Amino acid sequence: MPAKNVASTRYSELAEITPDNVKNLHVSFTFSVGVNRGQESSPLVVGGTMYVLSPYPNILYALDLTKPGAPLKWQYNPKPEAAAQGVACCDVVNRGPTYSDGHVFFNTLDGNVVSVDAATGQEAWKTKVGNIHVGETMTMAPLVAKGKVFVGNSGGEMGVRGWIQALNQHSGKVAWKAFSTGPDKDVLIGSEFKPFYESDKGQDLGVKSWPPNAWEQGGGTVWGWISYDPDLNLLYYGTGNPGPWNADQRPGDNKWTSGIFARDADTGQARWFYQWSPHDLYDWDGINEQILLDMNWKGETRKVLVRPERNGYVYILDRTTGEVLSAKPFHAITTTRGVDLKTGRLQYIPEKKPEMGKVMRDICPNASGAKDWSPSAYSPRTGLLYLPHTNLCMDEEHMQANYIAGTPYLGSEVRMKAGPGGHRGVYTAWDVAGERAAWSIKEEFPVWSGTLVTAGDVTFYGTMDGWFKAVNARTGEVLWQFKTGSGIIGQPTTYRGPDGRQHVAILSGVGGWPGVIVSADLDPRDATGALGFLNAMRDLKDVTTKGGMLYDFVLP
Amino acid sequence: MTRHPLALITLMLALGACQREERAARPSPVGSETQEQVALVKLSPGVPGPTTYTSGKAKEFEGNAYHLSQGKKLFTWYNCNGCHASGGGGMGPALIDDRWIYGGSIENIVQTIREGRPNGMPSFRGRVPDDQIWELAAYVRSMSGNAPASAAPARSDSLHPHPAENRTSPSPPVSGGIVPPSGLLPQ
Repeated sequence: MPAKNVASTRYSELAEITPDNVKNLHVSFTFSVGVNRGQESSPLVVGGTMYVLSPYPNILYALDLTKPGAPLKWQYNPKPEAAAQGVACCDVVNRGPTYSDGHVFFNTLDGNVVSVDAATGQEAWKTKVGNIHVGETMTMAPLVAKGKVFVGNSGGEMGVRGWIQALNQHSGKVAWKAFSTGPDKDVLIGSEFKPFYESDKGQDLGVKSWPPNAWEQGGGTVWGWISYDPDLNLLYYGTGNPGPWNADQRPGDNKWTSGIFARDADTGQARWFYQWSPHDLYDWDGINEQILLDMNWKGETRKVLVRPERNGYVYILDRTTGEVLSAKPFHAITTTRGVDLKTGRLQYIPEKKPEMGKVMRDICPNASGAKDWSPSAYSPRTGLLYLPHTNLCMDEEHMQANYIAGTPYLGSEVRMKAGPGGHRGVYTAWDVAGERAAWSIKEEFPVWSGTLVTAGDVTFYGTMDGWFKAVNARTGEVLWQFKTGSGIIGQPTTYRGPDGRQHVAILSGVGGWPGVIVSADLDPRDATGALGFLNAMRDLKDVTTKGGMLYDFVLP
Repeated sequence: MTRHPLALITLMLALGACQREERAARPSPVGSETQEQVALVKLSPGVPGPTTYTSGKAKEFEGNAYHLSQGKKLFTWYNCNGCHASGGGGMGPALIDDRWIYGGSIENIVQTIREGRPNGMPSFRGRVPDDQIWELAAYVRSMSGNAPASAAPARSDSLHPHPAENRTSPSPPVSGGIVPPSGLLPQ
């Protein structure tokens, strides 16, 4: 799976590549995915085969690693509906395939989940779970556990109603579905639901914390990462922003958006919930990765969940109860004062609330957050969390949003800009136990790629101007870099190949929300384009062009 | 007293020289639709190029300040701006540049809104009255400077993302979906 394990650590035990020899890495093979859109996916290696998934039209390729040049074994084309491209908010990306028990599972942009025989490329099943006519797409990487494939929808900018579904791994039949808004029976909230904080207790809060019927278009989509704890049999996943962006049209806490659920993996019943950003004002989806660790916290061993969140804080939660143990900022913040650990509540600064007919300036972090979906990695050797993120602020004005099914539901205009210091990206090593940054690397452009860390104490990430970098996991020294053909927003993979050597692979191809200016030929003269990201990315066209190429590296 | 009739005549002549913008007071009935036979390409076997027929309705809308301003309002009301932003694009393509994937004439744009297009543009036939589609199409052309500055909208009621339509320098349509090298800024 893209996150390496169900705890989502993205930590590899491989140690052949070290800070001393990483400078000798060279390209062992390349492969064009044939689609020049944002490559957010992760190459997946199982045995002697590498699986590579393209953005829309979501073609899955199998490459034979046992032969020189890794020739193509087969390709599978799910032929998604072209119209789906028109309801995908932020480029037509896909965040990766997942492997389990002889099959590769992935989502298509037009709302299908497919299972493909990993040996032959034959389709085992295909289940339609999303509806593009109401603006639903699917972009996330599924998680497979306990015989089920867990998937969620995208479309928080289109007024869709978020959900997660569990499909039987072998038949593709839907086992359960839990919405992120609406009555308790739809959200699968029952007698097992024991949230830690008072504000999450009560009946049908998914209805009562909204104006009448607003929850029907309330967002809370599930387009990010899912983690799983086999001992507790709990799934952990975040919910996206409430809709519309104009918060004055939805007074209330807007449960259960911009938060995190713990659910029983078998039944889907909710166990606890915590809301990162109640009544979200800034499009802060709560869908980022959660890293499950068993760590010593203030003298006792606790099962925790670490979440670098869009609102700018690294949270540490007790993953058995949902209690917030810590929330420390990793980004310049002008919008909130911190998290009240008694009530668990994020403390907004009222003066920074965007209004109708008024431009609110210098909102930090911006709409894409201190850190968007780009997943971090944790090394038990260093105790550091490697955090790809941005340094962005924005100006925003709200206006009346009209709900027209299948069209954007925003009521907001945004122009983004670099945060303090003028750089737009940062790669930070975060000391989890120390609750502070150990070191960081400033980048000109937002760091939109994922990262990984190895037992050789080397981390890898990519930049939007095309550099693939290896960093000393202890010191932050950049040890090696390679210029790929296009900007990088993908997730690196490391694996031991059939040749017995440790390889590193990355997809190059700029796009995604910040890179759609290049991948979709947008016009940089409009500050509000790409939901406001154009203003911050006008110069991306000067440094990179579209691409879609896999690079695989190995030591000599 | 003798001077007054002369002054009156002069005034009337002067007023008569002002052209008043004309428009139909009563729009065409909901559900009606003009027939536009347009082509998406300039090429057709033989010399004269494609055979086309247009209804002539364009004249009512192009360069008409009232319709352009209505189009600008509707562009937000129907959530066009959600995908195309203030013309720079996002979920949908840019509209302030010179690239017209499905043709840049007002009739082409009317057809694009009515019929939808395969890579994501929804069909609005039956959802938006035809006269409003013409207003939207006229406004969309003004976004790339293809409307008289005297008639194009002069201000935006929102974040000021770029100069208003009446100050946008004209970029004549490049038809046929030519993809500019993404390294170049639009000219």
